[in-house]
Amino acid sequence: MPTYLALLYTADVDWSRPEFAQETKEYVEFGEAAAAVIKGGHALYPTATATTVRVNGGKGGDVVTSDGPYAETKEALTGYYLLECADLDEAVAVAAKIPAAWSGTVEVRPIIKF
Amino acid sequence: MGAGDALARLVREEGTRVLATLVRVTGSVDLAEDAVQDAAVRALETWPRDGLPDNPRAWLFVAAKRRAIDLIRREARRAGKEAEAVSLIDPAPEPPEVVRDDLLRLVFTCCHPALALEAQVALALRTLGGLSTAEVARGLLVPEATMAKRLTRAKQKITQAAIPYRVPAAQELPDRLAGVAATVYLIFNEGYAAGAGADLVRTGLTSEAIRLARLLAELMPDEPTVLGLLALLLLHDARRTTRVDDAGEPLLLAEQDRTRWDAEAIKEGVEMVGAALRRTPDRPDGYVVQAAIATCHALAPSYAQTNWDAVVSWYDVLLTVQDTPVIRLNRAVAVAERDGPAAGLALVDAIGGLEGYPWWHATRAELLHRLDRAGPAREAYERALASGMSDPQIRHLRRRMAALDIDLLE
Repeated sequence: MPTYLALLYTADVDWSRPEFAQETKEYVEFGEAAAAVIKGGHALYPTATATTVRVNGGKGGDVVTSDGPYAETKEALTGYYLLECADLDEAVAVAAKIPAAWSGTVEVRPIIKF
Repeated sequence: MGAGDALARLVREEGTRVLATLVRVTGSVDLAEDAVQDAAVRALETWPRDGLPDNPRAWLFVAAKRRAIDLIRREARRAGKEAEAVSLIDPAPEPPEVVRDDLLRLVFTCCHPALALEAQVALALRTLGGLSTAEVARGLLVPEATMAKRLTRAKQKITQAAIPYRVPAAQELPDRLAGVAATVYLIFNEGYAAGAGADLVRTGLTSEAIRLARLLAELMPDEPTVLGLLALLLLHDARRTTRVDDAGEPLLLAEQDRTRWDAEAIKEGVEMVGAALRRTPDRPDGYVVQAAIATCHALAPSYAQTNWDAVVSWYDVLLTVQDTPVIRLNRAVAVAERDGPAAGLALVDAIGGLEGYPWWHATRAELLHRLDRAGPAREAYERALASGMSDPQIRHLRRRMAALDIDLLE
């Protein structure tokens, strides 16, 4: 059965803060309703906590870290789910129930199985 | 039509049906397409020599299946894998209802909303219409390499994202069907907009679209959307040859020679509108209503004798399902014909959001012209000319502007 990564793009907020309790509750409800197809997933701290890692000169080169990226756009990657579904139609139906899709967007990508 | 054409058409039409089944059996559009193409080439080589087989579809199916198995085995060897037990050899031809369902699956897969509209159009022409990649590219004015890439990408997405090969469930059907109809309508408009003197493959897109709409009507004879779509295409197409004069200049509906409209196509289209309206439960379908409007024009003996009351009423119905500024503009034009230019102009001026639409300015210009308001009319003509129209349309507007000066002198 195909597996999809659902990438959640929403306002760049800190979901761990108490003012998002209502949203968090909605995610818990989604998690219970879609338990059969959810194979994993997490919420992410905002992009301000992100660190970009690059190795200059390729493998074995200098490790360069930088702060960010800071989102230039209104929406940022703030979470993900792994969904195991029969086909794209089912994955889309599940993605439409993720609260992120109601105010932001959810990108559904098939996962390569080597 | 020569014997060779008839044979090519038979191979193409049966090929689409064989393809539909083979996609289901192999699970790959790409593989099925290669196999059917190979079988079609063989058929065109051997049938003229050995005579037509008793069951051409079964012949094509067996040939395509053999080719598919060869391709699967070759791919397996290349990847160093054991060939999976290929259990798709079943020489018995598929019963007609299975072929019908397979075709429907192919329709809905090619027009899946997860594919870009331009990819849907390309896939529909390639797989359902049976055109070659080169023909699709020429028809849509895209370089062949670009089209090949677009088709490959679309087929890869179907496989990799697991777009299902399935007829949508009843509750999804209206939305999905609207998507299929939009794809076919777009194909028609590509051909319709091409105009005289354009590449024959390009103008032939109108026939391709009608052929696809006929296939849909054959597969779903009770769906108003499908009947409305086919009716609309037939009624538009009936006027095709009268839309330009001998010099290739566009003619307005009022100027077209109605004796040259295709009476047979009009008869079929009008009957189909009736059938579609009878099958419309409560919520009217946009294509059916547009076809009803086209019927009013098709049946009018002259522009002046058009039943504008009926046209305006149908636009009122259309606005209940599709309220867009362009449809409001078309309704205002019909009101102007019924109640005079002042009434029409008041409606046109009340429509917001069309400042960038050349036809809004052109319509205002025409109505101001009829009201003898030369200054504002000229200004509106200038705005229309400045907002991007095709060359023949620009010439038409310039002629009307020149007439404005003559009218003033009189």
